[in-house]
Amino acid sequence: MTGPILSAKGVTKRFGSRIACRGVSFDLWPGEVLGVVGESGSGKTTLLNCLAGRLVPDEGRVAYETASIGTVDVHQLSEARRRLLARTEWGFVHQDAREGLRMGASAGANIGERLMAIGTRHYGEIRGKASDWLSRVEIDLDRLDDRPTAYSGGMRQRLQIARNLVSDPRLVFMDEPTGGLDVSVQARLLDLLRGLVDSFHLSAVLVTHDLGVARLLTHRLMVMQGGEVVEAGLTDQVLDDPQHAYTQMLVASILPV
Amino acid sequence: MTDGGYNYAYLDEQTKRMIRRAILKAVAVPGYQVPFGGREMPLPYGWGTGGIQVTAAIIGRDDTLKVIDQGADDTTNAVSIRRFFARVADVATTTRTEEATVIQTRHRVPETPLQDGQILVFQVPIPEPLRMLEPRETETRTLHALSEYGVMQVSLYESIARHGRIAKTYNYPVLVNGRYIMSPSPIPKFDNPKLDRNPALQLYGAGREKRIYAVPPHTPVKSLDFDDHPFEIERWTECCALCGSTESFLDEMIVDDAGKRRFICSDTDYCQERQEEQRR
Repeated sequence: MTGPILSAKGVTKRFGSRIACRGVSFDLWPGEVLGVVGESGSGKTTLLNCLAGRLVPDEGRVAYETASIGTVDVHQLSEARRRLLARTEWGFVHQDAREGLRMGASAGANIGERLMAIGTRHYGEIRGKASDWLSRVEIDLDRLDDRPTAYSGGMRQRLQIARNLVSDPRLVFMDEPTGGLDVSVQARLLDLLRGLVDSFHLSAVLVTHDLGVARLLTHRLMVMQGGEVVEAGLTDQVLDDPQHAYTQMLVASILPV
Repeated sequence: MTDGGYNYAYLDEQTKRMIRRAILKAVAVPGYQVPFGGREMPLPYGWGTGGIQVTAAIIGRDDTLKVIDQGADDTTNAVSIRRFFARVADVATTTRTEEATVIQTRHRVPETPLQDGQILVFQVPIPEPLRMLEPRETETRTLHALSEYGVMQVSLYESIARHGRIAKTYNYPVLVNGRYIMSPSPIPKFDNPKLDRNPALQLYGAGREKRIYAVPPHTPVKSLDFDDHPFEIERWTECCALCGSTESFLDEMIVDDAGKRRFICSDTDYCQERQEEQRR
């Protein structure tokens, strides 16, 4: 592989006269995890949705290097192709697991859905893969037939990750995957994510407001304020030596323990 | 014209035209749900308003109509609809499957094989097979348009995970002509194989939801399943208590207070014909 797996150029999204994000450009390289940090309302999630083709930006373009057919413009693709991409080569981990899971179906069915969607029609095989993934995300196998409604918040989040990774995606979008979880559960989830990203050589865009999460998981960081990227660079560099006043404020406002 | 102030076959000519256009489109795209401007009919939703509108749009004076409800010709619903068309459309009615040109049905496909030129009209309560899995109509339409049918398979997976087999016994989803997933209306899955490459035209009318869809003659209809859990139909250890058939769909009846049971063909015409043959 030679080029970046995902490349954004001047992505701008307005809601009416309000600007959610303006002129965001970056390259994401294979195997790299890019963090997007900033306070609430700074346009992080809007940017993520634009990148993943869930929102259409008003300006700019997002190019994705597919596994088979070369580079495509995410927003020029037909809806059918984009949705196919989204459930095979991509993953999307929502902050609220209820958005990313089928709450009325068992954990096994949740994990198996992508397999069935791409044509797997062997129950035993689907179930085998579902069990495999359940144990990879450290959930007891006797919970395979339970619905996510019977799961705790941390387990739901891990189930959501398993559901996304079962199709061997190359690129995962994560929107505050650890939001709303208590710290010990967060720590476990972060450990798990770090392991999975490493072992599957995943590329990822991770949106978070938690600088600790960003430090642990990401290689590079973009700091957003009021819809614009105010600082970007290697994670350690940005966090240890913030240049922009807003980043300095962010770093300074981490609560000391 | 036939009965006081009513137009032939109850609906006015423009309405029948509109329904025929929907039917033509439905036949052209097998399994696709075509919206139509469903009319208020002189019976409540759930009693066959969809089927009755389809029948009204296609029926003519030289047709012979049969109406069945759960396989029976003599239930209230079947009798009323048959009498309705005899009155407003001046058609001959019959209970014999072979004699009928139009068969309106609720919940069954006749046991007697259908022929070229016959039309089977189904009454459909919920036309959308994905409804229970995906409540958003906009989303189900997209899923059909892009043939994203993973979610349907999810429901079958769930059934096996919970019951050890696909426990759905009626309204069993089918794939029509390799393209659209269709609800066959609440017929028992016993009848699903009869839909496949049937020489008769199958029309499905949903009155409340105002949808018409169709399976043209000789169109492949496949019941969904898993490779290691193939589709199977119901089997009985008993035979029909009246005609002795071992090949028909049997209703279980409790016949006394001690819980004594009998199994009887649900298709009354098929059962009677067999009994008459045996008496001869």
